[in-house]
Amino acid sequence: MAHLTPTPVIEPNQDRTMILNMGPQHPSTHGVLRVILEIDGETVVRIMPDIGYLHTGIEKTCEAKFYQQVVPLTDRIDYLCPLTNNLCYALAVEKLLGLEIPPKAQWLRVLLNELTRINSHLVWLGTHALDIGAMTVFLYCFREREDILRIFEMVSGQRMMTSYFRIGGIALEPPIGFFERVRDFAGRFPARVDEYENLLTGNPIWMMRTKGVAKLSAEDAVALGASGPTLRGSGVDLDLRRDMPYSGYENFKFKVPLGAEGDVFDRYMCRVAELRESIDIVRQALDGMPEGPIKANAPKVVLPDREKMKTEMEALIYHFKIITEGFTVPAGEVYQAVESPRGEMGYYVVSDGTAKPYRVHMRAACLANLQTLPTMCEGRLIADVVAAIGSIDIVLGEIDR
Amino acid sequence: MAIAPPITDLEQLKTHPALAALLDWNPGAIQGVKFDRDEMTIVVDRTHIREACALLRDHAEFPFEFLSDVTCVDWYPSEPRFEVIYHLLSISKKERVRLKVRLDGSSPVVESITAVWPAANYFEREVFDLFGVRFTGHPYLRRILMPEDWEGNPLRKDYPVEGYR
Repeated sequence: MAHLTPTPVIEPNQDRTMILNMGPQHPSTHGVLRVILEIDGETVVRIMPDIGYLHTGIEKTCEAKFYQQVVPLTDRIDYLCPLTNNLCYALAVEKLLGLEIPPKAQWLRVLLNELTRINSHLVWLGTHALDIGAMTVFLYCFREREDILRIFEMVSGQRMMTSYFRIGGIALEPPIGFFERVRDFAGRFPARVDEYENLLTGNPIWMMRTKGVAKLSAEDAVALGASGPTLRGSGVDLDLRRDMPYSGYENFKFKVPLGAEGDVFDRYMCRVAELRESIDIVRQALDGMPEGPIKANAPKVVLPDREKMKTEMEALIYHFKIITEGFTVPAGEVYQAVESPRGEMGYYVVSDGTAKPYRVHMRAACLANLQTLPTMCEGRLIADVVAAIGSIDIVLGEIDR
Repeated sequence: MAIAPPITDLEQLKTHPALAALLDWNPGAIQGVKFDRDEMTIVVDRTHIREACALLRDHAEFPFEFLSDVTCVDWYPSEPRFEVIYHLLSISKKERVRLKVRLDGSSPVVESITAVWPAANYFEREVFDLFGVRFTGHPYLRRILMPEDWEGNPLRKDYPVEGYR
């Protein structure tokens, strides 16, 4: 296949080409991605991403932890969307256990997930524009991101490593004033998206740097395993929230924005449109938020409330047992995928019937998306490589795990 | 909520589109099936995995055109030790299926499916890197996450969590 480019970059095969290292310490590689380029003047002949600089062995560490102790590890995989990872892991273990999650917990999960998506897309938009040379957008995006991080801090006590979703529900009731604050943000945000679009969409410099750059055909995108906006920018209609709903997404109405050309501009437009859809989902979640408990009725799995522990013997015993021994999960295997801001985030959890997972594997959307880079960039200019890397929206923590 | 026991009877499951397609093609290639927690698992013979994947991808009525994931589980010390796991997704029909290949611990080798899905490139390299499973026909089978000169395969169960000191 033509677009399969494993690209062992060897020594320059002619006098014309040279090897250039980009990264791992390069501002436009969003962390520690190293890209090895073979260039002929300004034109890229071959390109090979080199990853692994951030490998921390999270999958191995998970095997030595109790099920509930894995939750904080999932935050650290993709540090821009911790709640999406919390959700995906929690859903996988809940599926293994056969737990039923009360509606209020599901709706809160959806609400916070969409805020996470906005948060992640804002970081992407700011840094992507910064890479291409539009500095202002970065400052605008981080202004709104700060609001979202404050909301996260309010609800979970942490700005980034939230660990707010637990197996069987969520950690705590949201504090007083939380919903008003989110509603306030949701009211302000659409106008802010207009601001970003005023700065970029239609801006001639932005158009020149993105239109027709780093094209990816729909066929190639599917064959290379791309997902999320990278796939939808090429016109493939796949959004797991709508197509294989989880955590109550079937109750929400939203559009799935699609691109046509598969260039950097289309991927940009997809994500900007997703910002608007996400804030719409947040509003729907606020309006229809059901009442009721936020934890499943499973005393052997879910930690009891503090009040109950002080008054009920059983609650204290269960609490002690969950903390010291963990809880056992029936043997089996589950693959749970959710639509993360970057694409299909999947958790494959294997249980052997003990209190520790036998195997936890994370399907990283970015790892597959990164494989599209050679197809996008070969035969184009070096400057376009920067635009292409930005348009994939890579997070190296997720790729290397 | 109680979990329904897994179904492993081939007769009960043969209406599942992926299984039906594989049974039509070569019943001998299927070593086992399992339907558990709404997920379909088909164990395919080691020598047939590439053809099985190509068949499912190109199926006329029910194509599984998207490769979600390739990974591996180490069942040390039991044999066959390794299970290589392929998660397939049908974009048009919104359905998933899981293919499995069982490999011996002494020489874990399986045919690469990069010719069917180029997406398998990084996934198979990762399995090679962390489990030491070799994929024949892979265009560039080198370590991907660990350093080039690393000894051992960290995700194997006989590899200590703290590493070798």
